[in-house]
Amino acid sequence: MRTVTTKSIRIFLAVLAVSFLPALATAQQQMESHVGKLTGHPDAGKQLYFRYCWGCHGFRGDGTGENAPYLNILPRNFVAATFKCRSTPTGTLPTDQDLYNTIERGIVNSNMPSWITLTGQNRADLIAFIKTFSPRWLAEKPGEPLHIPAEPKLTLDSINRGKALFQKLECWKCHGQEGRGDGPSASTLTDNNDQPIRPYNFAAGSRFKCGSTNEDLYKIFNTGLDGTPMPSFADVVKPDEAWDLVHFLRTLQVTHKSPELTMWKSTKEGAEQVAAKMPSGTPTGSGVR
Amino acid sequence: MNERTPGIAKNQLSWLVSCLLLSFIFLALVLADSPPANALPFPAVKVRPLPAFARKYGMPCSACHLGWPMLSPFGQAFKDNGYQLGNDRDAPIYQDPGYWPVTFRITPIWHRDSTNRVQVDGPDGLNADEAKVTTHGFDWSGLDFHAAGTLAKNISFYVLPSSDNTGAFHFESVWGRLDNLFGSSWFNIKMGKFELDNLLSEKRILTLTSVAGTYANYHFQPLVSPGSRANGAILATEGYSFGIGDNQVGVEWMGHSKDDRTRVSASLLNSNDGNPSFSSNNGAGGLLTGRAYDGFFAASQAFEVGSLGLQRVGGFAYLGQAPTFPQYTQGGTPIDGTSIGNKSFYRLGLIGQWYLKKVDVTTMYFHGWDSGFLGSNTPANVALPIGAQSPTWNGGLFETHYTPNPQLVLINRYEIIRMSRQAFATNPSNFGDTDVLTFGYRYYPFISTRAGFAFHNEYAIEWVRGAAPVTGSNLATSSLLIGFDFDF
Repeated sequence: MRTVTTKSIRIFLAVLAVSFLPALATAQQQMESHVGKLTGHPDAGKQLYFRYCWGCHGFRGDGTGENAPYLNILPRNFVAATFKCRSTPTGTLPTDQDLYNTIERGIVNSNMPSWITLTGQNRADLIAFIKTFSPRWLAEKPGEPLHIPAEPKLTLDSINRGKALFQKLECWKCHGQEGRGDGPSASTLTDNNDQPIRPYNFAAGSRFKCGSTNEDLYKIFNTGLDGTPMPSFADVVKPDEAWDLVHFLRTLQVTHKSPELTMWKSTKEGAEQVAAKMPSGTPTGSGVR
Repeated sequence: MNERTPGIAKNQLSWLVSCLLLSFIFLALVLADSPPANALPFPAVKVRPLPAFARKYGMPCSACHLGWPMLSPFGQAFKDNGYQLGNDRDAPIYQDPGYWPVTFRITPIWHRDSTNRVQVDGPDGLNADEAKVTTHGFDWSGLDFHAAGTLAKNISFYVLPSSDNTGAFHFESVWGRLDNLFGSSWFNIKMGKFELDNLLSEKRILTLTSVAGTYANYHFQPLVSPGSRANGAILATEGYSFGIGDNQVGVEWMGHSKDDRTRVSASLLNSNDGNPSFSSNNGAGGLLTGRAYDGFFAASQAFEVGSLGLQRVGGFAYLGQAPTFPQYTQGGTPIDGTSIGNKSFYRLGLIGQWYLKKVDVTTMYFHGWDSGFLGSNTPANVALPIGAQSPTWNGGLFETHYTPNPQLVLINRYEIIRMSRQAFATNPSNFGDTDVLTFGYRYYPFISTRAGFAFHNEYAIEWVRGAAPVTGSNLATSSLLIGFDFDF
């Protein structure tokens, strides 16, 4: 009887172990990252994380590194797994490619530098490791990446339609009528850490937090910047309208040469508006307008 | 604590070397398979004051240094980009007003140095004898004050007042740099006194002893004839002094790709080995200096090799001139910066930096050539002595670092220099041939964004054929060092 009992326990344990194996294997696979032909591994990423990243993102990946108190844009909290730069719908996890791009590009106007000097494999390994910080990566899959249709031909009509959309969607409430990030709501905005946050100032920059191309801009307002007040407009803007908005937003970047700005300045209205927005003066402050 | 009795320190040396090896092996065994840095003990109280760049950017030392001061590829890119991360927060205006871009570095040590044949006074007269001299005791290194950073976006600077261990200061580096001119990473102009764009940076060397604190290849100058040097010091009769590892004075154009995989540079330099006021000896005069200019060129390319990571190969060339006789003298002393009769010399090299996961290997081939006038210390306005010829030599370096985690670096280096043509045909063919063996480790008990500290232990030994100052026997110099290397 005793032998039978022992045997039964052994069989039970064996079955239990075998039934958990696929789950363990799946968990391991989920902690890997896949970017193109690269497969990132968390063990290798851990070594890199504790060489490069912990000072800001912290030992536990919760964004509380020893520098965090001194940064006015807090480091990303990998435990919460809320990411600004995604190609996926708002509220969903980003793809590995999204994270890879962020590490490569850095985040302008924050303390996150570009890590383009790391090898592709290094970046893939880092992604695999930072995914181990949050249980979200085990429970959820990344959202479906946004489909970006081909950019239509740039026309003045497109810019004007984008300008109308800028008013209709009330982008100006945060970004200001001239895109300087000084709209009436700007001073009231906070991020999900209750830290004050300023809307993007188009007039001063050439790059965005999540990229620098027209496709990146298209993606930003369609996916929103999770964790910030910037919402997703995917449900209210059709693809062709989204491109109109992209074309108009480019004209707000008066210090950045672009085809959109050139075309806009070729009109009398555009030339006057750009001239009015253009910063002027000398580094000593004389003649500053 | 000077000793003059030959052979007396043999047992002591064995004991010390054994201690070094044992502690080396012990740390290697204990730490090689240890968990990564996060699992290792960090100080209970975090140190808040910052080394300059870590303070500015809040990054751990390990981000820019494989083991400080040696740069990682990320650190090299940061340096090449004018100490900027490129996220539009590099200008000082974005920093806390309390930020002050200064770091100091100093190293209290215990060291033991021994040379088998030192020129000493003896029964045959002054400087007529040789003896083995060994010294040991507690000491400290010189002090470096590194001040560096950006003055504004794309304008960077570096000032390094540096003292010897008596406190006598000089300027090791003084330069300003215009970065990313025309919005391109291919146009960066630096002017002042700076380290040459050496892939293998001597200023970031991981070894500290008197023997291995510099690269032998970078400073080798062929001996003129047996007995022409005492204690390795250059005699006034030698015509010029040059080290490719020395910081030089001039202007440098440097360009690099965005990801820093491709790097090129060209420099126009004073021909006085980086000394001020057109002198040859830190402003104090000494050797002849003229109005010549030198050129330095370097290029390298990095490439990825699968999971091994980034590998880099490159080459460099230094084309120099040195005067051989004074145009004017004052009270019998040559006026600095006016000597003439320039004769040329060059140094060429190929470097490979190979990263094999936790092991990185640096290999270098070095080739040097001096004009026969420089090699034989002959003024250009007289005929070369009979048998004088242009000395030529080849060198090699093989250096490995094993970095099991960012807190520990095991170091090994072997340098070799072989003369292929002597300054005088009558010299022995291996006269001046040099070998240097170095090994040691650096252990960083904590890594923070605020300060750097390393426990450093190293042994190095150098052999130079026929260089004993009196007898022309082989010269052997060894150095053992244990110390705390820290910056703040």
